[in-house]
Amino acid sequence: MRQLDQTLSAELLLDWYRTMVLVRRFEEQTERSFRRGKIGGYLHVYTGQEAVATGFLAALRPDDIYFTGYRDHAHALVRGTDPGAVMAELYGKATGVCKGKGGSMHLFDVERGFYGGYGIVGGHIPLAVGAAYTLRYRDTDRVCLCFLGDGAVNCGAFHEAANLAGLWGREGLCPVVFVIENNQYAMGTSVERSSAVRHLARRFDAYDIPNEQCDGMDVIAVYEAARRIVDDVRRTGRPYGIEAITYRFAGHGAADLFQPYRDRKEIEAWKARDPIVLLEQRLRGQGALDDQKVDEIGAWADRVVEEAVTFAEASPQPPPEELYTDVYGD
Amino acid sequence: MVEMTYRDAIKTTLVEEMDRDPSVLLLGEDIGIYQGTFRITEGLLERYGPKRVIDTPISELGFIGAAIGMAMLGLRPVVEVMTWNFSLPAADQILQNAAKVRYFSGGQVDVPMVIRGPNGAGVQLSAQHSQSFESFYGHFPGLKVAAPATPADAKGLLRTAIRGRDPVIFLEHAALYGTRGRVPDGDHAVPFGRATVVRAGSDATVVAYSRMLHLALAAAERLAQDGIECEVVDVRTLRPLDVETIAASVRATHRAVVVQEQWKPYGAAAEITAAIYEHCFDDLDAPVERVTGEDVPAPYARNLELLAFANEEKIVEAVRRVTA
Ligand SMILES: Cc1ncc(C[n+]2csc(CCOP(=O)(O)OP(=O)(O)O)c2C)c(N)n1
Repeated sequence: MRQLDQTLSAELLLDWYRTMVLVRRFEEQTERSFRRGKIGGYLHVYTGQEAVATGFLAALRPDDIYFTGYRDHAHALVRGTDPGAVMAELYGKATGVCKGKGGSMHLFDVERGFYGGYGIVGGHIPLAVGAAYTLRYRDTDRVCLCFLGDGAVNCGAFHEAANLAGLWGREGLCPVVFVIENNQYAMGTSVERSSAVRHLARRFDAYDIPNEQCDGMDVIAVYEAARRIVDDVRRTGRPYGIEAITYRFAGHGAADLFQPYRDRKEIEAWKARDPIVLLEQRLRGQGALDDQKVDEIGAWADRVVEEAVTFAEASPQPPPEELYTDVYGD
Repeated sequence: MVEMTYRDAIKTTLVEEMDRDPSVLLLGEDIGIYQGTFRITEGLLERYGPKRVIDTPISELGFIGAAIGMAMLGLRPVVEVMTWNFSLPAADQILQNAAKVRYFSGGQVDVPMVIRGPNGAGVQLSAQHSQSFESFYGHFPGLKVAAPATPADAKGLLRTAIRGRDPVIFLEHAALYGTRGRVPDGDHAVPFGRATVVRAGSDATVVAYSRMLHLALAAAERLAQDGIECEVVDVRTLRPLDVETIAASVRATHRAVVVQEQWKPYGAAAEITAAIYEHCFDDLDAPVERVTGEDVPAPYARNLELLAFANEEKIVEAVRRVTA
């Protein structure tokens, strides 16, 4: 783990630690709920990648906005969306963030600047570019983050959106940060087998967009890069691309149990760099965390998750009339 | 009232709305420096600047997707597709995002945008450049679909489209751009979901839209010489569809012919026909007829092309059959 930035207080790091533990426990619970048939559809969990959403969203201002793909639970939780409302959404309940109409892949919390999770790989990237343009069109200095997977960089949507961002950025009209969450796999297809250029950040070179990689297992490294990049994009109105190197510990989706496309050893090797453990070690070294505190935080996260489940379980299903609402605005 | 072309009706509306509301902006290929493929946007770059009149690369997926993002953040983008044929690379954006984000977000966002451009048959443009998209886009809830036939409706419907909160598929017809008609002044707006009776008649109802309305009117004139009076209904918007006005007409005439430029299967005419059966079954004195194009991609050869699309003759024959 990187040398600690002096400006990062132990309190802040502890806060990230709590967030990451909460995301981890939340996701472990969603897998259990899925197996019990409480959560339907597809379920893609975020275990292993916690440092990426945590570090990046920590670098945003409250009025900044962001988009992501379908692996989106963390992106809501990290920003402070009520875990009960997120769980209720997964349970398809009326109290869910989207009234039970979006489900796991389509969480939204516009009030917190979260413009949604999207189920079609790559499809949300152009939206983020248009949203970024709008922020400058309105003469604000807000920025837009766009999370995407390593699989999404092979979609036409990525390239068309990056080209537009490069063009509009020349005039300072596209304050978007593309965050590639390179978790090494698109379902069962590894980056080696899907991308002619394995250094994914370099894809942005083609569109004259500055870019870099960062260690996506190290929340401090993620945050420091994010902070610098977000500040730069806020100042210039120009896009930036960053590839966070990370790993998903779970299967692609909750139904992906056997994982013939990767071996145990590989998973274990990455787990040795578990972002939560890395941060825990750092904080222990600083004396900011001990066994007791670790247990306390774990118990707290479990309690929050349990309450979320209780809330989701107890919540009513959407009323039948809700089928017909929200199709049109007028 | 002032007389103007269909083209100028669209352009005037864009200007009036852009003057009124700074959140209205335009995107499209060659709409700026080139002045627009069909000259709809002539002079607008000069008038509003490159921040509001955005020349885009050939990148339909990209810029239509970006426009959706703009709309979600509260702008009112009006996207020009050079022709609707080129909307297909962006179909994912239109059908999967624009049509649905309101719904799956539980109503957290509006998507106030318009995608407009020429739709329908051209002259010897053959299979990839001569087709209609109202049925295709009309299938998807969350989208609204307009297909004006006259300058007045082009203006009135476009204004409603721009001011609304939903994504609108605005289908112009290349063959209509030069047609003229009287257009109300000022804030003339035509609500969606209101068909209009363009010609009164008691013997049969002919339902049409866009360019087909004009063929239907011409057919009605010919039939009138033989004493058959057609009531001609222009649906104007395919989604929402004004079933009431269509049904009221059919209840009075007891006979109906539904016209659509192209392919019969799974089409807008099928939808309208089904609606007539659902609402007027007991009023009908003859089976509803559909007049459509032939079920083939558009051919290039002029003689074949003339056979390929719905035409006045086919409408006349259909009305004669239902009134026989
Ligand atoms: C256009 C499209 N093709 C295929 C799929 C099916 N699919 C869902 S997730 C996925 C893998 C995407 O991988 P990546 O973008 O790397 O995201 P990650 O799952 O690693 O978070 C695929 C192929 C889809 N949703 N959309």
